[in-house]
Amino acid sequence: MKLDDNDFVLFGLPERFAIDRADLDARWRRLQASAHPDRFAADGAAAQRLAMQWSVRINEAYRRLREPLARGAYLCELRGAPIAAHSNTAMPGDFLMQQMAWREALDDADSDADLAVLDVEVRAAEADLLAQLAALLDDQSTPALAAERVRALMFIQRFRAALAERIDALQD
Amino acid sequence: MALLQISEPGQSPDPHTRRVAVGIDLGTTHSLVAAVRNGVAECLPDDRGRAILPSAVRYLEGGRRAIGADALAAQADDPLNTVVSVKRLMGRALAEVAGHAKLPYRFLDRPGMVAIETRDGVKTPVEVSAEILAALRQRAEDSFDADEIFGAVITVPAYFDDAQRQATKDAARLAGLNVLRLINEPTAAAVAYGLDNASEGLYAVYDLGGGTFDISLLRLTQGVFEVVATGGDAALGGDDFDSRLAEWALAAVARAADSAHDRRAVLVAARAAKEALTGAGDTTLSCQLATGPLSVGVTRAQFEALTKPLVDKTLVLVKRVLRDARLTRDDVQGVVLVGGSTRMPAVRSAVGELFGRPPLTNLNPDEVVAVGAAIQANQLAGNAADGEILLLDVIPLSLGIETMGGLVERIVERNSTIPTAKAQDFTTYQDGQTALALHVVQGERDLVADCRSLARFELRGIPPMVAGAARIRVTFEVDADGLLKVSAREVNSGVEAAITVKPSYGLADDDIARMLREGFARADDDAAVRALREARVDADRMVLATRSALAADGDLLSQTEHRAIDALMLDTQRIAQGDDHRAIDAAVKALAAGTEAFAAARMNRGIRQALAGRSVEEI
Repeated sequence: MKLDDNDFVLFGLPERFAIDRADLDARWRRLQASAHPDRFAADGAAAQRLAMQWSVRINEAYRRLREPLARGAYLCELRGAPIAAHSNTAMPGDFLMQQMAWREALDDADSDADLAVLDVEVRAAEADLLAQLAALLDDQSTPALAAERVRALMFIQRFRAALAERIDALQD
Repeated sequence: MALLQISEPGQSPDPHTRRVAVGIDLGTTHSLVAAVRNGVAECLPDDRGRAILPSAVRYLEGGRRAIGADALAAQADDPLNTVVSVKRLMGRALAEVAGHAKLPYRFLDRPGMVAIETRDGVKTPVEVSAEILAALRQRAEDSFDADEIFGAVITVPAYFDDAQRQATKDAARLAGLNVLRLINEPTAAAVAYGLDNASEGLYAVYDLGGGTFDISLLRLTQGVFEVVATGGDAALGGDDFDSRLAEWALAAVARAADSAHDRRAVLVAARAAKEALTGAGDTTLSCQLATGPLSVGVTRAQFEALTKPLVDKTLVLVKRVLRDARLTRDDVQGVVLVGGSTRMPAVRSAVGELFGRPPLTNLNPDEVVAVGAAIQANQLAGNAADGEILLLDVIPLSLGIETMGGLVERIVERNSTIPTAKAQDFTTYQDGQTALALHVVQGERDLVADCRSLARFELRGIPPMVAGAARIRVTFEVDADGLLKVSAREVNSGVEAAITVKPSYGLADDDIARMLREGFARADDDAAVRALREARVDADRMVLATRSALAADGDLLSQTEHRAIDALMLDTQRIAQGDDHRAIDAAVKALAAGTEAFAAARMNRGIRQALAGRSVEEI
């Protein structure tokens, strides 16, 4: 086991998009139980430093494996299709049209109900894209197509953050 | 096996078979120390049987001080020299202290952290807190008849930012305590409750203390306490209820409290009235002011109407944390109330209503935090059975860096599990730029001006390149105490700069060393004696750790490697008998260096074993 082993190896999981969340959580807790600095509190500075490195690495891998978007992007990268979100911004026209429509709907929304309707629609689109991503990565092994879905999901994630902010502002 | 017989004949191999480790709740209004004794975690009382030490320090003539109840009793008579609720000043500049104009102190507005002028000179909040901690340390030493406490776990509000945590750790060091860990108060409370009730599932801890409010969601699974999300307000607590009531009472009879004495007196009376209203439907707020006696009747309904905005403020924060965690109240299996302010009936019913279930209150809300900290301290000191509990905490506020136009680029998101590290690449924006100024901030807002500034430092010596060609990797590292270290490195040239984020006003290590030298924490001994004692404790600690590591995983070593480590241990023990603290430090360092590869191999084995029986094939 090395610090630079990939996340799946570290967690003893197959390199697949589909993941059992409860199993992942249990693995994370077991790994932390063996590596957390608290386990070495009485063992001197060198052991503390080492434990800190491992514990940080385990948390990093867990964060990536836990979030579907991050996990999908990571798998694309492992399979030779990096997301390159900054240099590759070309998106299909109809996807961009839909984004603009959502932004307008968000600007016009002035009630909890309006936002809830939008929220349902965006969640459904996200779930659909995630299902496509799972199929492209696990069944069809087409990382370049999968990377496109990841880029689309990144747009949706940003939009959902803006939407959540509006919902928060109305609820406080 | 040889390694079990390496001690000198006639000498116990384990002078401290059991290390005394304590948990300390350093609270706004009162503080406690607890420890595990005979397998049970309990608060340690003073010689008069009192567990609670009021967090009050009075500076007397001739450099003497009164700490606790005696100081508290004098607060109205000697307000300028009696510091109470100092926790609200920790890591704060004067402008950041809400309502400071109403506090009866002579403040010194120093950059970063405010200080107070007393008859014994200028005192920083760190020094005042250190007095309280030193008193508790003394109490623990007396209770165990020990001349050295192995270490302490100190609790802080989950919502404390980096500056406040750093100030707390400095205070503990100043008080001569070895800080095993800073842990969050709600987490400590959950430990006490979780172990007591053998619970599993998602719990909410609602902690309303004297000066701070925290709400944390924790998931308990087989001894692992995982903080899912946390929120709160570092300046909202029982003190605010007191001051609302005090202001109302003065207004009701058209009186004013102008002097420091009067302001303190009316606050003390308000607190007493508030406490009376927990049991009674009405009471009278009364005290002596310069202009004559003050006496105002108040009903519980009046008090509750007056303070409803404060309770509502906590409820908004609770809802926000639930949303943050993408959870609803129905996911929560139990609600734990912590902090003396949760005794107020209005708080209990509001929290019960929000969660749709009555809160758990079977542990003493004043003691539960210290008790949980003691359980964790005992474990960290290596006294508990291995692997009994594990705390996985989070950072309460996002950490980021200032970018162009005064905007914040978030690097570590709030509610990230600690320890954590995250890196982000930046570049230069001018041709030939050879330096980059980095400004580290903490907070959730997009504008730097709305966040808290933690530190500034510079990366210099970048080779001149065209704008955008340099690749500067900024790494944020947050340790298990929740404290931040930032480093920056230009990837192509390897130029580096790093900073441990000590708030700009924080005490530098040199300051602490100086204060220790001046005998702040131990008036009775000089620096050399202290250095020797510390070196010996370190040596002892390191030898014990190495020995238990060898006992557990000695089979990872070849005979030669084993013998080399044995020899280093013997050296360390032999040198620790002598009086040269530098030689002892050097031996400890050599032992640490000589066991580094062994430590790495042990860690590797531990991680492999963690997932043993959970291999890929079995899924």
